[in-house]
Amino acid sequence: MNIHKVKQIINAEVICGEDLLDLDVKMGCGCDLMSHILAHINHDSGSVLLLTGLTNPQVIYTSDAVDIKVICFVRGKRPDDDVVKLANERGVVLMCTQLPLFESCGKLYKEGLKGISEND
Amino acid sequence: MIEEVISSKIQEIAYECKVEEAMTKDVITVAPSDTMVDVWMKLRDKRISGLPVVSEGNLMGIISVEDFIKCIIKGRKYEQVKNNMTTHIEFIYSDEPLIHVFKKFEKHRFGRFPVKERDTKKLVGIITKGDVIRCLLKRLEKDYYEEETQKNRMKNIFHDIKSDKTTVILKYHVKGKEFKKAGEKSSLLKNALLRLGIATEITRRIVIASMETEMNIIIFTDGGEITIWVEEDKIKVNAVDSGPGIPDVEKAMLPGYSTAPDWVREMGFGAGMGLPNIKNCTDEMHIDSVVGEGTNLEFTVNLKK
Repeated sequence: MNIHKVKQIINAEVICGEDLLDLDVKMGCGCDLMSHILAHINHDSGSVLLLTGLTNPQVIYTSDAVDIKVICFVRGKRPDDDVVKLANERGVVLMCTQLPLFESCGKLYKEGLKGISEND
Repeated sequence: MIEEVISSKIQEIAYECKVEEAMTKDVITVAPSDTMVDVWMKLRDKRISGLPVVSEGNLMGIISVEDFIKCIIKGRKYEQVKNNMTTHIEFIYSDEPLIHVFKKFEKHRFGRFPVKERDTKKLVGIITKGDVIRCLLKRLEKDYYEEETQKNRMKNIFHDIKSDKTTVILKYHVKGKEFKKAGEKSSLLKNALLRLGIATEITRRIVIASMETEMNIIIFTDGGEITIWVEEDKIKVNAVDSGPGIPDVEKAMLPGYSTAPDWVREMGFGAGMGLPNIKNCTDEMHIDSVVGEGTNLEFTVNLKK
C-alpha cells in the first residue's frame, strides 16, 4: 500500500516528505511505547508505518534506529519544527490524522495493511 | 521483474530531467526569407529531416523534407520558406520534465519539437527521440557509476588501510537527564557505521543496543561515555557512567522490570525492555555495576564474513 493510499484511508495531512508518497508500506504498527519499537521491530522495517500519539524527537531517533521511514501522528497531534527538521534530514515522511490510534489502525487493517507479527 | 525496476528507474529520471538537459542547443535554422533550395542544402548537409524557421530568435514555423518535396513537385523550389512552412507549431518549454516530451511524441507524430524558453519565448533548442534516449542513458550510467563508487568506498575501508590490525574508535559523550537530545548520539553512530561500510542489518543491531544504552545513561545517571571499536571482524561497544549503579543486575535483566520514573514513561520509554533488548541484539553482553560507583556495560556484535 503506498502512502497516497494511507493518506486517503485515514484522511491524513502530510507534514513533510511530500515527494516520497510513492513509497510502499507493508506493515503497520500502532504504538506509544518507543521501548516496544526498539525491542520488537528489529527485522527489515523499511516498509513499516508507525502510528503514534507521541511527537517528541525520540520518535524520530527511535524510528531511525530501526529504519522506519513513515510516521503518522494520531489524535490531531503535530510535532514541533525541530522534530520535522530531524525527519527531513533522514528522509522520513511525517503525517498527521485527526483520528485516534485505534481507529486509524482499524481502518488501515481493514484495507489490507498487515501487522508486524504477520510479516512473512 | 528486472524490466519493472529499469522502467521505474527510467520513469523516475524522465520526471527528474528537464528538457534543457536533453535538447540540442546548437539549432540549425533557416530564415523565413531563405529559399527552399537553402532548406534542401541544410537538410542534406546536416542529414536531418526538418528545420525550425527563425526570425530574430523567434520561432516562426517548421519546414521539413516533405515541404521541400511538395515544392519540387509544384516546380517552386526557389520560393521563400515563409510561404511553404508549417506555422501550426507544437513546441515544448525548456523547463518541462522529459516525461512531457514522451507524451508529446505519443500524441503527435512529429520527429522533433522546438524548445522555447518560457520567459522570453525565444527558441533555445530542439529535441528529438534520439536526444531523449541519449539523455536517459547518460543519466542511468551516471547513477550507476555513483552507486558503484559509493559501494566501493563503503566496502573497502578495512581493505584499503594496510595494517596488521585496523580499529576505528568512536566516542560519544552522553549528558544525563537531557532527554530532549536522547537518541541523537545513536543516530550519529548509525550514520558513522553505514559510512564505514557496515552492513545495514549489523548496523541496526548495534544502533538499537546503543539507543537503549544511551537512554539508560540519560534516564538514570548524570552522564556517561559510549565508546565503539569497529574492527574487521566485530564491533565492540563499551558504556561507562559514574552512578548510581544497578542494585540488582539480575532483576534488571528481566523483561518488563523497570525502575524508570513516570516522566520517562510518559515519553515512551522505561518499559523495562532496555537491558533484555541489548542482550537480544548482541552476540555478547557483559554488565558490571556497583551501587554508588557506576555501571560498565560492554557488548559485541560479530561481523559475518
